[in-house]
Amino acid sequence: MINNGKFGKYGGIFVPELLIPALEELEKAFLKYKDDKEFNQELDYYLKEFAGRPTALYYARNLSEKLGCKIYLKREDMLHTGAHKINNTIGQGLLAKYMGKTRLIAETGAGQHGIATAVVGSLLGIPVEVYMGSNDVERQKLNVLRMELSGAKVLPVDAGSRTLKDAINDAFRDWTSSVENTHYLIGTTMGPHPYPTMVKHFQSIIGRETRAEILEKEGELPDAVIACVGGGSNSIGIFSGFVNDEAVELIGVEGGGDGIKTPRTGATLCKGTEGILHGSFSFVLQNNDGQISEAHSVSAGLDYPGVGPEHAYLHSSGRANYVAVTDKEALRGFELLSRYEGIIPALESSHAVAYAEKYAKMPENKGKTIVVNLSGRGDKDMFLVASEMGVEV
Amino acid sequence: MSFKPESYQEMFIRVKSKNEGGFIPFIVAGDPDFDTSLEIVRTFVENGADALEIGFAFSDPVADGPTVQEADLRALQAGMTTQKGFEFIRKIREFTSIPIGLLVYYNLIYQMGVDQFYKTAYESGVNAILAADLPLEESKDAITASKKYGVQQVFMAAQTTSNERLEKISNLCEGFLYVVAVMGVTGARGDLQTSTVDLIKRVRSHTDLPLSVGFGISKPEHVTNVISAGADGAIVASAILDIITENLQDKETMKRKIAEFCQKLKEATKKNRLRF
Repeated sequence: MINNGKFGKYGGIFVPELLIPALEELEKAFLKYKDDKEFNQELDYYLKEFAGRPTALYYARNLSEKLGCKIYLKREDMLHTGAHKINNTIGQGLLAKYMGKTRLIAETGAGQHGIATAVVGSLLGIPVEVYMGSNDVERQKLNVLRMELSGAKVLPVDAGSRTLKDAINDAFRDWTSSVENTHYLIGTTMGPHPYPTMVKHFQSIIGRETRAEILEKEGELPDAVIACVGGGSNSIGIFSGFVNDEAVELIGVEGGGDGIKTPRTGATLCKGTEGILHGSFSFVLQNNDGQISEAHSVSAGLDYPGVGPEHAYLHSSGRANYVAVTDKEALRGFELLSRYEGIIPALESSHAVAYAEKYAKMPENKGKTIVVNLSGRGDKDMFLVASEMGVEV
Repeated sequence: MSFKPESYQEMFIRVKSKNEGGFIPFIVAGDPDFDTSLEIVRTFVENGADALEIGFAFSDPVADGPTVQEADLRALQAGMTTQKGFEFIRKIREFTSIPIGLLVYYNLIYQMGVDQFYKTAYESGVNAILAADLPLEESKDAITASKKYGVQQVFMAAQTTSNERLEKISNLCEGFLYVVAVMGVTGARGDLQTSTVDLIKRVRSHTDLPLSVGFGISKPEHVTNVISAGADGAIVASAILDIITENLQDKETMKRKIAEFCQKLKEATKKNRLRF
């Protein structure tokens, strides 16, 4: 490895020996192409023409008036496939193509990353297989169909908690058997080096755009940037635009589930401890022995018991604050944005919206300028929300 | 401990002097429960095991296939913990001195504390530790602890491992080098790949360490082939775990079938009987 892939003491490469050469190959290709003119021209073309960048930074007037703060929404929900995930899948998909890989595999929780990988496979002509926990397959039937329509094969995983972590386990196992022709397109900032750095690179466009847009609209930086954190890719993407501006508060919102004092939670940084999962040293929900706990969140994208190692670093260094929002609060965020702005957010993003309301209500924050990263749209969650609301669809 | 452990070096010299290879069966400590698991280890020892590989169950074993994962989950559901794992090793040391290698995932070591884990391993009678997800790059703390307590640190060599990397691994690895026979995770396979034989020969040309081959070794002829290709030992895991899985309701049949299988596997290590 050229770099050790550490953020402070977090990160690294904790994988079976068989995968080391594949990670070395990936690191080499990433370092080569991230500054390659032809690669970046092609990437920019697809981000603009296929994905729909740049996304707007929308001033949410009604919500701002209600909450007494200036609330801006970074509209990643307006992207093709409905979430920020497409930024990273186009980047990694292209990289895989430049590396000569002939097959893509991916894991997915809520389905957004699976869909984004499926459409990129379609776009670039590379076959895609997506691992998905069988509970998530059930929760996100519509997304399964969308992946299949794009030509991807969805592989349900029945092991363990049948959610994202088990899908990741199986994707790693597949990759161990197929490293020669397959690229494992990880959807978030977790995993062994170089994934956390590479995914951040492809998602940092959110932060660059947001920084330029807020400066254009307000003439100054925001007071706070709020984003939800599962594995942590949309949040690291937007944080990257402000991490060097000490005056900007960075707030990551985790899926609190039933609450962080209960066993049913996905709030890894708020409740977890340091440990090794899926190739890196970070924070993990686990017991005293190091056995990984099952995470829970109403949002399939946030019920992951790990978190990207750079978030562990930002947490331990105090540069970013991490808070938890419960399922109930997230549903309130979902309704709030739908009601006041006519924007139906993904349940993941609803956590960020819910915390923005809490933040704005704190007396010391009155009148502040807040950017909320709206990482995805909520169409995928309508059946689940209807069920929570007791409405038959 | 009741027995002073035999070292891997002594064991490999012992079997080599008889023109045999080492037969090394694997079990997850506590699968399907603590007592049955211990009886299975006794069955291994009474039916030809030259060394033992003992797995500590982990909830998310990414280097393992479904067979080992199921065994891990059975053990965890039966109440296994890291402390009970070491208690298991101490019980084994009451009836055998053959080398014991631990197969673990690094999070279990990290949570106990690296130093404390190796200290407890030494005191329990463990010869060597292999962490499936700990490559050279992250192994500094583990190597320091392994040297402090005289528990050997084992690393893997895989088909994707370059010659340059093999040299580095050979320099740090102790006891034996674990050669990963297949491109993939653990699990019984029908046929042994010719690339496995090529890998053994390639690794052999880079190191004098004893070579134990694992992953996918599931039939006596696989054992024969890897020993004939130059390996010093064969590690058999999933095929044994399959017998456990298939006979959970009848432990006597389980032990009888394991005993018969072990005898065949041990027989297959006897080089003078082999033609490759």
